[in-house]
Amino acid sequence: MEYEMVIGMEIHVELGTKTKIFCSCPTEFGQDENTHTCPVCLGMPGVLPVLNEKVVEYATRAGLALNCEIAHFSKMDRKNYFYPDLPKAYQTSQFDLPICTGGVVEIEVDGMKKDIGITRIHIEEDAGKLLHESAEGTLVDVNRCGVPLVEIVTEPDMRSAEEARVFAEKVRNILEYTGVSDCKMQEGSMRFDVNLSMREKGATVLGTRTEMKNLNSFRALVRAVQYESKRQIIELKKGHKIIQETRKWDDTKGVSSSLRSKEEAQDYRYFPEPDLVPIVIEKEYIEKIKSELPELPEAKKQRYIDEYKLPEYDAGVLTASGVTARFFEEAVSLYDEAKQISNWIMVEIPPLLKEKELTMENIPIKPAQLAELLKLVKDGVINGTSGKEVLKEMFNSGKNPDEIVKEQGLSQVSDTGELEAIIEKIVADNPKSLEDIGAGNEKAYGFLTGQVMKATKGKANPQVANKIIRDVVAKHLG
Amino acid sequence: MELSQKTIHEINDLLEKKEVTVTEVTQSVVDRIAAVENKTAAYLNLQTEEALRAAGVIDEKLGEQKKRTPLEGIPYALKDNMCTQGILTTCASKMLYNFNPPYNAHVYDRLIEEGGILLGKTNMDEFAMGSSTENSAYKITHNPWDLNKVPGGSSGGSAVAVAADTAFYTLGSDTGGSIRQPASFCGVVGMKPTYGLVSRYGLVAFASSLDQIGPFTKDVEDCALVLNAIIGHDPKDSTSLNLEKKDYTQTLKQGVKGMKIGVAQAFFGEGLQPEVRKSLEDAIAVYKAMGAEIVDVSFQYLDYALSAYYMISSAEASSNLARYDGIRYGYRAEEYDGLVDLYKKTRSQGFGEEVKRRIMLGTYALSSGYYDAYYKKAMQVRTLIKDDFNQVFDGCDVLLTPTAPTTAFGIGEKTSNPLEMYLTDIYTVPVNIAGIPGISIPCGLDNNGMPIGMQLLGPILSEETLLKVAWAFENEKGLKNLKAPLETEV
Repeated sequence: MEYEMVIGMEIHVELGTKTKIFCSCPTEFGQDENTHTCPVCLGMPGVLPVLNEKVVEYATRAGLALNCEIAHFSKMDRKNYFYPDLPKAYQTSQFDLPICTGGVVEIEVDGMKKDIGITRIHIEEDAGKLLHESAEGTLVDVNRCGVPLVEIVTEPDMRSAEEARVFAEKVRNILEYTGVSDCKMQEGSMRFDVNLSMREKGATVLGTRTEMKNLNSFRALVRAVQYESKRQIIELKKGHKIIQETRKWDDTKGVSSSLRSKEEAQDYRYFPEPDLVPIVIEKEYIEKIKSELPELPEAKKQRYIDEYKLPEYDAGVLTASGVTARFFEEAVSLYDEAKQISNWIMVEIPPLLKEKELTMENIPIKPAQLAELLKLVKDGVINGTSGKEVLKEMFNSGKNPDEIVKEQGLSQVSDTGELEAIIEKIVADNPKSLEDIGAGNEKAYGFLTGQVMKATKGKANPQVANKIIRDVVAKHLG
Repeated sequence: MELSQKTIHEINDLLEKKEVTVTEVTQSVVDRIAAVENKTAAYLNLQTEEALRAAGVIDEKLGEQKKRTPLEGIPYALKDNMCTQGILTTCASKMLYNFNPPYNAHVYDRLIEEGGILLGKTNMDEFAMGSSTENSAYKITHNPWDLNKVPGGSSGGSAVAVAADTAFYTLGSDTGGSIRQPASFCGVVGMKPTYGLVSRYGLVAFASSLDQIGPFTKDVEDCALVLNAIIGHDPKDSTSLNLEKKDYTQTLKQGVKGMKIGVAQAFFGEGLQPEVRKSLEDAIAVYKAMGAEIVDVSFQYLDYALSAYYMISSAEASSNLARYDGIRYGYRAEEYDGLVDLYKKTRSQGFGEEVKRRIMLGTYALSSGYYDAYYKKAMQVRTLIKDDFNQVFDGCDVLLTPTAPTTAFGIGEKTSNPLEMYLTDIYTVPVNIAGIPGISIPCGLDNNGMPIGMQLLGPILSEETLLKVAWAFENEKGLKNLKAPLETEV
């Protein structure tokens, strides 16, 4: 029997607002424990939440970018459960009336296009963190309590690990473009829960699903899906039933294990949050947010092809991340050679980033510096080989390219007088080459050019050098 | 007459004329507390030394400045569920026995700005759940009219402090009658304003959609003065109404001529003490004589109000009180085995019986499979009751009802029967369900000399009308000079 997997996803995304969802504490990541807290996010007796308007704006923006309907009327609800990282013992979330519903994202896998449905997007608050490593026992860090999140819930529309990955990357890309989140997975700004079930290929009824929570990289997502689908097939082939349960993915060991079954699932006792008023969004507000949406990846890619005449491949690579696209656009606005810039961003920059363990987000050079460097190459001030050396030095020292060129004396020798003297000597020193050329062997020119480059330590302007070599050879051959 | 026995506006006259100092006024109340607090036990926590110190500072200030605000230098007390920075706020619960809030309730901040002098925090039913103040984890508060009787609840301490002249005014909170019922039992004025008129920030939540802070005072004019000070928009409370501030003293004495006062049979049903009925009939006659028109009005769904109230309030309470888990502040069980055991022991030991009963009731009402039958149904009833009141107020300006079916009952009389206790709120809970304002004022005494309260209700934001109608009666009958016979008990 051939099986097919059915995948639905829940994606938690931390919104990049400056302050928390219900108080004015900063949301900054990586601060000392319990320094970004106040009576409100600590859930002290008698305090009340006030909804951060930016959260509504960002959720609306995310919803529009993912082609959702924005609800005119939505409300917050309480999801009740006890846990030490949840100071109020309830998470303020949205239950039956979320802010966004019914979106769609188009993905492309192996040249096939496919729509993945977005069921809903709702607003909620993040919980804190438990620190188990302390000698004093388990401690709680509540800095993250009240950091605003959106939860994106999809339809069970994905059929492979690859589709899941492509979809997840696409969502990340779109959200990053809209500026609602930095989507930094290593900081937990974006986390995936995967619902997965298997069924006979062609069947219409869904099989029993399991849920894997808090996958925090694309790699973990793919591996967890692969592992879980295999596990379920083995179970099914043995004639076992799949147990509906929540499973925990161990990315180090590459295995998942049961966390709790459906029977042990909590009853969250959702009810409308009485401390907050409903969220009412007018049409004009939605139109305004829509008009302010930045160009999204699809449209940008097409524009790169049309406007900059870039190949589809280049356009795809450059627009796959908002940061890269912004870098490219700034460089191209200063120096109008799109393909050259694209080549350097795609080919020369990645190895340098990798070497320094950096990404495009914290690249140490500015687009203007890259533009300046490429201009120097184009104008023949330095040749391509030197250009790569200069780029490396720019990564190391942060200096401007012209400075580096000057310091290291990398300017090409285009001075005909200087070159003539060098070439005269080389030609004189290599009578064999002169003989070969006289006998019609053009290859000997290449040898002579190589000698010139060697003598000038690669700084000779190749075009100028070639011309002089031909002149000198012609003179000698009479 | 001792200074402590006077009303705020009487003290204001004396202060204006510089006939007394704030220190003398404060000393008078402090002396009164020293004399009777051991009998009434209205306070959980006294701040008398700080109060006298503050009085001295205000006297100095008043010596230089010309204008004083109406509550400047007037000693008052807060129910112990309103957060006071640096002063214990326990909600009369073991759970918060050591809780010192690092922030102030909005109303406390307001009264600090007004120059009020805090005397202390008053006793209450634990987390405001109860109708007799017997659910306090710390002490029983006694009714100054008869020390063997309860003061009502849950704001019993705040009602008693005003009735026994151990504060000029106090604030209480009213979720289902917790201001009006004890005001009625203790013969003072108590008002629950429209939901959203007074910020709830820093009021330890019992049932968020029903809780409202309001004043206890010796007469209606004082009620207007205190209300003036505590209302107003608070950006920290999303449910706080954003309205222009009113001065309720302006329209207070305009009379009731031509006004329509509604009377509904639903409030005069079974279980109503005959003297209470008689007293209310007398009040109706007084209004008639003053030129008001009495109209019969009727309700369709009022019978369901009490059940709906206990569903909604308990559901919200079960969630609001979940944060008391022993992790961050307050009581924590001394011995426990693991996290779940820590939760269980802390909450079993830290909460009293009534609180636990409501948490269980509320948890059940919200549980999957029961939500539709209980919580959702109760919310639907809530809408119907709101509609009921709207329709009633189409036909009258205010509604006149008894505040409670009986006068104060004996200490220990109803503690073993929660349902009987809940029934004492039958006339007050519909008001919170509808979010409308209500005021209780004394209207007579029963055969045992216990005060009877009458309740005036009006549509959303009708506080001005309610105070006007209440003042007219008080002015006509002169019951405000009726004092609890506390001295003769010695």
